[in-house]
Amino acid sequence: MHPVRKQRLMIVIFIVVFSSIAVGLMAYALRENINLFYPPSKIAAGDVPHNTRIRAGGCVKPGSVERASDSLEIRFLITDGTADVKVNFNGILPDLFAEGEAAVINGIVTETGEINASEVLAKHDENYTPPEVAEAMKDKGEHQKTCEGLKYGA
Amino acid sequence: MAWQWFHRLGSPRWFYEKTTAWMPWLAALSIALLLTGAVWGLAFAPADFKQGNSYRIIYIHVPAAFLALAGYYIMAISGAVGLIWKMKLPFMVMKSAAPIGALLTFVSLVTGSIWGKPTWGTWWEWDARITSMLILFFLYLGMIALQQAFTHRDTSDKASAVLALVGMVNIPIIYKSVDWWNTLHQPATIKFTSKSTIDPSMLYPLLIMVIGFYAFYALVLLLNTRVEILRRESRTQWVSDLISATNKRA
Amino acid sequence: MKFQFETIADFIAMNGHGPYVWASYAITFAALIFLLVSPLLQKKNFIKQQQKLQKLAQANPAADQSVE
Repeated sequence: MHPVRKQRLMIVIFIVVFSSIAVGLMAYALRENINLFYPPSKIAAGDVPHNTRIRAGGCVKPGSVERASDSLEIRFLITDGTADVKVNFNGILPDLFAEGEAAVINGIVTETGEINASEVLAKHDENYTPPEVAEAMKDKGEHQKTCEGLKYGA
Repeated sequence: MAWQWFHRLGSPRWFYEKTTAWMPWLAALSIALLLTGAVWGLAFAPADFKQGNSYRIIYIHVPAAFLALAGYYIMAISGAVGLIWKMKLPFMVMKSAAPIGALLTFVSLVTGSIWGKPTWGTWWEWDARITSMLILFFLYLGMIALQQAFTHRDTSDKASAVLALVGMVNIPIIYKSVDWWNTLHQPATIKFTSKSTIDPSMLYPLLIMVIGFYAFYALVLLLNTRVEILRRESRTQWVSDLISATNKRA
Repeated sequence: MKFQFETIADFIAMNGHGPYVWASYAITFAALIFLLVSPLLQKKNFIKQQQKLQKLAQANPAADQSVE
């Protein structure tokens, strides 16, 4: 390669490397803020400020959902496998909200460590399966993977 | 020998004449793939057992996002080649890639937003994937703006090549955002190192759409680059001949 | 491989997801058509404009500056 071109190549590499380092350091410094939600274990450990609006994410614990008979009020537990956090919500849930599925909750952590939610979002997974295949998998005893890994605290 | 084709790329005229014959083939191929994939995905692929029919948006959302990212690499690498070898053609490719990438990024943001409403329950969430994709959109817009900002073509080419290179750091961040941070957006479905987490009956139309989008991208990038070649070479004899030849046919 | 819907009306409705799905496809294909048509129009306009310049140059050779 011609020396002048080699020099220009070095400049190009320099630009890419240094902008990567700059952005990388920035992302590292902001790593906690870039996370969209707190896992339940952090909330249970008291690492999350009370009485301010936060987001929590976890799996809706199977069997924990209690619905009021006369209103839209609902209570359930979200879990990341380490800790459970109670969620109170009064509103319309997304279609994909279900037990054993992941959800993201927008709300306020009370002094008692519960979340009063103002919004509940469903977090769906990367699996796409036709109904018949899903049925066959259930027959074989294979559970749908959504909340199997419970990687939310990582 | 190996470098011959590379040095030929220094000649916009050679490139223009070489690609003329490809255009109809590329157009036919990409339109056939896109129509096949869309009809297959909309009507013949089975519904998802959880999401139902709304998941059919994947057949345009994922390919548009793929090309928005791949297009950025094409733009940035063209800029780098232009900077290093001082060739004219790579800068023309870089300039042509910017508006295409911007529109594809916009499409993936909008279709993602429309998909988000029935599945997540929200149009928009400031999670790492969605926000980094929005940054990509602004980078593309910045590229377009920078091309207009200088009166000197040489200056604007160099300045936008540097911007493209600096912005390149965003691309791996977009890819890995769903693994590095917790996001509302789900992780990747199509994987190259392990088994894809989508049933084959749903995967085939998706692959057709991805290939179709690549072919279509190549088509529109070439079309735009060819117009850019004519514009920038308008004072040369070969373009002038080409234009008077078109004249006679009309 | 079979058609997944009982009727065309079902196909349009997509179990209530119709508006989302069709809006996405409409926006995408509109964008793709724009991407395809815009360079073709630009080329057409450019050639027209250059032809005008050539005609002018032929009519007035002394002022010709477009061809070097």
